[in-house]
Amino acid sequence: MTRRSETLFALAGAVLILVLAYAVPWLRFVLTIALAKGLAVLGILLLLRAGQVSFGHALYLALAAYTVAFGAVLVPEALLLLPAAALLAGIVGLLIGLFVVRYREIFFGMLNLALSMVFYSVLEKFYALTHGADGIRLPPVTVLGRPLAGETGEWTVLGIALVLALACGALVRVALASPLGEALAGIKTRETRLDFMGVSPKRVLLAAYVASAVMAGFAGAIIALTTRHVTPALSYWTTSGELVFIAILGGAGSVLGPFLGAAAYELTRVYAAATFANAWQLVLGLVLLAVIVFAPGGIWGMITSRRRAA
Amino acid sequence: MAWLSENGILVGLALLDGLSYAAAVFMVAVGLNLVFGVLRVLNVAHGSLYAIGGYAAASIGLFAASLGAPPWLGLPILLAAAVLVGVALGPVIERLLLRRMQDREPVLQLLVTFALFMILEDLQKLVWGVQPVVFDAPLKWLGTVDVPFGQDAIPFTAYQLYVLPGVALATLAILACVLRYTLTGRMVVAVTVDREAARAMGIDAARVTMLTFTVGAALAALGGALAAPTVSLVPGVGASTIVLSFAVVATAGLGQIEGAAVAALLIGLGRSFAVYVAPEFEVVVPYAIMVAVLLFRPQGLFGVAETRRI
Repeated sequence: MTRRSETLFALAGAVLILVLAYAVPWLRFVLTIALAKGLAVLGILLLLRAGQVSFGHALYLALAAYTVAFGAVLVPEALLLLPAAALLAGIVGLLIGLFVVRYREIFFGMLNLALSMVFYSVLEKFYALTHGADGIRLPPVTVLGRPLAGETGEWTVLGIALVLALACGALVRVALASPLGEALAGIKTRETRLDFMGVSPKRVLLAAYVASAVMAGFAGAIIALTTRHVTPALSYWTTSGELVFIAILGGAGSVLGPFLGAAAYELTRVYAAATFANAWQLVLGLVLLAVIVFAPGGIWGMITSRRRAA
Repeated sequence: MAWLSENGILVGLALLDGLSYAAAVFMVAVGLNLVFGVLRVLNVAHGSLYAIGGYAAASIGLFAASLGAPPWLGLPILLAAAVLVGVALGPVIERLLLRRMQDREPVLQLLVTFALFMILEDLQKLVWGVQPVVFDAPLKWLGTVDVPFGQDAIPFTAYQLYVLPGVALATLAILACVLRYTLTGRMVVAVTVDREAARAMGIDAARVTMLTFTVGAALAALGGALAAPTVSLVPGVGASTIVLSFAVVATAGLGQIEGAAVAALLIGLGRSFAVYVAPEFEVVVPYAIMVAVLLFRPQGLFGVAETRRI
């Protein structure tokens, strides 16, 4: 798939999202969440390129979401809260990254998992500050001084999410095609060769890790602005697993994969929850199994293989 | 020392609690470790087997009690339930799912077990509902023992004092002996160390894998069945158990049976002391221990550092 057709796909997708959000009002919420999760999964994709799976990126998601919730009391401006939350996620990602990029595979995954679980229990146990499992309701937020509420508010957040998704998608696309992206793939195939070439695998992985933390931060902030309510469940390990799930569902071959995957995931979830109230997780599990067994390239892989066959 | 004499009972209780808790965690973690050894997959669904083992033991126990079975039958029922769950689910999961995925990317293999986790979690909710299930007949039948501690005596349930640690120790001893001194055990070790070489020596690696997975599943179920009388079973118990056993396995080092016992003890005691001293940090402590260990020994306490291949 060439760069041009991918760009066309992305723009067509953006238009489709806007049309759907206009035609079916309740989809606005679902699509905004899907775009946010797609952003976070974009970061997972970067790490997957290096063959590393993080089972703890919900940490950055929840960190940014709570930053928005707490920060909104002081500065109720969404356009300041959003970058601030992502920045904080990036800084924490850098600090944790310095530690975790020394580990690979299972240890990498488990350390991320452990740190996110620590954050989860902090959120849950320090009731006085975080209201525990009940979570926090977001105070009223403004955009450029105007209140972010009602239908206009929904459209605004959707617009922000869409712009961020396009921008981050393009950036990741460029990054993956750059020497950095090649070096990431090198970590997966044989790390020692990078050492021989004078490239530091740790530094490469750290760059990808911080970028993934920032994107998860954007995702968390958008989710907080959309749901208006943040809970510790955002940082539970199953949320991290969900992100990896979406990455595989959409396909790890393209930056469009995460967004396709996230949309498919959220829609499946909405329908499964409506049809089988007590077994939506079961349905999702079966979908995941089916994708892994029958379509290892994910949704994106199915689209491209059909085009190639045609 | 003034603090110790004032809080002597607390320290004693924390020690005893930690010991019985470590025993249950060890059962789960050692199975996870064994399975990782032969399959090279961290089985996320392992925690669900723990939960199902617990639920099955509780249901069978409650059913037997309703038929008027004597209370001493509770203990064998726990064991039988664990074996039943292991034999019923282990081979099916290994045969139908994991074996097919053997040659696929590690990320996909991990996600298959994640999908399985989602499915089992909902199945368990469909079968046993979301209300807590309590089966404490064995606990009540064995009564309490006064454990001398300094000048004081601490009343503690005999079940938690003898049965839990006893079964864990027996498991450790049996596993260690089987792996070292029996032909089957040596075959499991051989497949763990080098699958290809083991097959070249005529070992039926597929059979060994299925056997190990079944034993691992039964151990997880046994952990759940043994813990069932001491806790009330609720949805989500599998999810929290699996992350804890991840911490134990990573702390111990992969493929270490005795190491898993030491790590389970460390983490079990650490957690129960946290419960009495600083309950907010109860959930954090296991991961803090794991992070501290991995900081200084990246391959785990007892893991063997792999030489880098060029």
